[in-house]
Amino acid sequence: MKERKSKSGSRRDFVKTAGRLLLAAPVLTLPVILSGKSDAKGYVWQIDPYKCTSCELCRTSCVMTPSAVKCTNAFPMCGYCDFCPGYLRQGAKAFNTAAENQLCPTGAIIRKFVEEPYFEYTIDETLCDGCSKCVKGCADFGNGSLYLQIMHNLCVNCNQCAIARKCPSDAVIRVPATEPYMRKELKKS
Amino acid sequence: MKKLRRLKKYIPYFIFVLLFIWHSVLYAQQQRFPRPEFEGGYTFPTHQFLNQRAPMWEYMDVAVLVGALMVTAWIALKKRSRQGLVWISLFSLAYFGFYRQGCICAIGSVQNMSLALFNDSYSIPLPALLFFIIPLIFALLFGRVFCAGVCPLGAIQELTGFKQVRVPKSVEMVLAVIPFVYLGLAVLFAATQSQFLICRYDPFVGIFRLDAPYTMIIFGSLLLIVGIFVNRPYCRYLCPYGVLQNIFSRFSVKHVTISPAECRDCRLCESGCPYDAILQSDPAPDVEKPKQSFKGSIIYFLMIPVLAAAFAVILYNFAPSLSVMNNNVKLAREIRLEKEEGIKAVSKAAVAFYESGKTEDELFEEERQIIGRFRKGAPWVGIFLGLSLGIGLFRLTIRKIRTFYEPDRGRCYSCGKCFKFCPVKIKT
Repeated sequence: MKERKSKSGSRRDFVKTAGRLLLAAPVLTLPVILSGKSDAKGYVWQIDPYKCTSCELCRTSCVMTPSAVKCTNAFPMCGYCDFCPGYLRQGAKAFNTAAENQLCPTGAIIRKFVEEPYFEYTIDETLCDGCSKCVKGCADFGNGSLYLQIMHNLCVNCNQCAIARKCPSDAVIRVPATEPYMRKELKKS
Repeated sequence: MKKLRRLKKYIPYFIFVLLFIWHSVLYAQQQRFPRPEFEGGYTFPTHQFLNQRAPMWEYMDVAVLVGALMVTAWIALKKRSRQGLVWISLFSLAYFGFYRQGCICAIGSVQNMSLALFNDSYSIPLPALLFFIIPLIFALLFGRVFCAGVCPLGAIQELTGFKQVRVPKSVEMVLAVIPFVYLGLAVLFAATQSQFLICRYDPFVGIFRLDAPYTMIIFGSLLLIVGIFVNRPYCRYLCPYGVLQNIFSRFSVKHVTISPAECRDCRLCESGCPYDAILQSDPAPDVEKPKQSFKGSIIYFLMIPVLAAAFAVILYNFAPSLSVMNNNVKLAREIRLEKEEGIKAVSKAAVAFYESGKTEDELFEEERQIIGRFRKGAPWVGIFLGLSLGIGLFRLTIRKIRTFYEPDRGRCYSCGKCFKFCPVKIKT
């Protein structure tokens, strides 16, 4: 009886050791397999402005409230228009800063006179909630200089971006953390 | 007539010129208003984008992870102090939970692994790889010390589990199947680039960020409220990483023991574990019927490959319906419905698709490929599920003769709640 017990004990020990080795093997080989496929710097999420269709989902899909997505103006592309289709509501009675004329629901766009007839438009990021109404206006009737970007001082860099999951045009992509922004530039021909 | 024929050869050139003009018209639309030339010395401002904290800090997280794991292992195995485990849980909750806001976490890193292994376009960030591997190595050495005091999701539940309601063994067994299914599906969806299921249904990340969609808040608070009575509900009935921890911990080199010295078989710890993870003393019965039980376990042993094959077939056939979790497949179905049944595609994805200028054939080809990938991956998930179920059932038929109380190495979270029940004390 005693002998049998020790025998079964050694069999269990054998199973244990075998299992240990079986499990340790993949854990130790995984880094080797993935060594060529791992990246020390990692990724962050960013919006490709050329794919974005300004669907307004960025405002509500982000895990942050307000959204970490903000609008920016690519100044080299901007036309500095007096009638800015990103700033003024369609059918606005006058081209001025009056609230009833503004397209932005939070009043986040600052209109500053530069010289006749040009106006500079900058975004107050503390007010912007990434609704992309101005982006759509600028893309449809202007130069398309207003575009959305994920601001990395606000983004918490989720493993899967909640906006990426909802984005209808797959515009939210992983970019290398060393170049976290995708600037919209003036295309030179 | 002859003249016309001579002109015919110029038609391609004509079309080319026409296209060129058309293209330049299109191009001009992008820059509708010319860049103004300012006279008053205006300089174009450049927008200053702010950056995140440096990637170096991610390695700080890895260092904290290793440190916390070592401290937890020391407290649980050597020091045997429940108090110490509570303190390290508090620290992990504060650091990985509220300071790091639940990302990066080992549970979610399973998906990064899967995505990196089966997709060439993605290379895994090194911290994510380390977060996946290091807790498993510790599980192989010391049992589930990661669950005990380092995982922020475990910590928040550990610290809010005040009452202990025992779950009937049968219910516990059935519910314990869910994490295996969850793990299998999460790996499949990540490998096919469809979803990060685990991150999407992470219950407590909303609490860590103090900001989340209301569904997440409701799910998280419900789990916490349930957890007051049925401790650690997420760990026991959902956590997919817990499945790996469970398997690895079964073969651990060292593990937490209930008694600091030799167990005296006094039964005092029997009701001490809220997770039902104490294996009771079960001495050999007087009358044995070894033949019958042996036959039963042989049948169950032979069932293992049968179950694996059956599940593989079932999941292979389920692959197309599983693939709906992929956004492209969902879109392709919508577009096809519009084409065949005339139901208008109104989703934002459909609008964006028509705007993008991609053809329907391209989309359908993409859909076919994704379903093909699901067909390839789903049987493996089936094999995994079948093997787990088969081995689980087989293990039920084996009776290990035991003359002492010990923790079930797979299910024990090394939380240390049983320490105080053991009357055996050693003076240090």
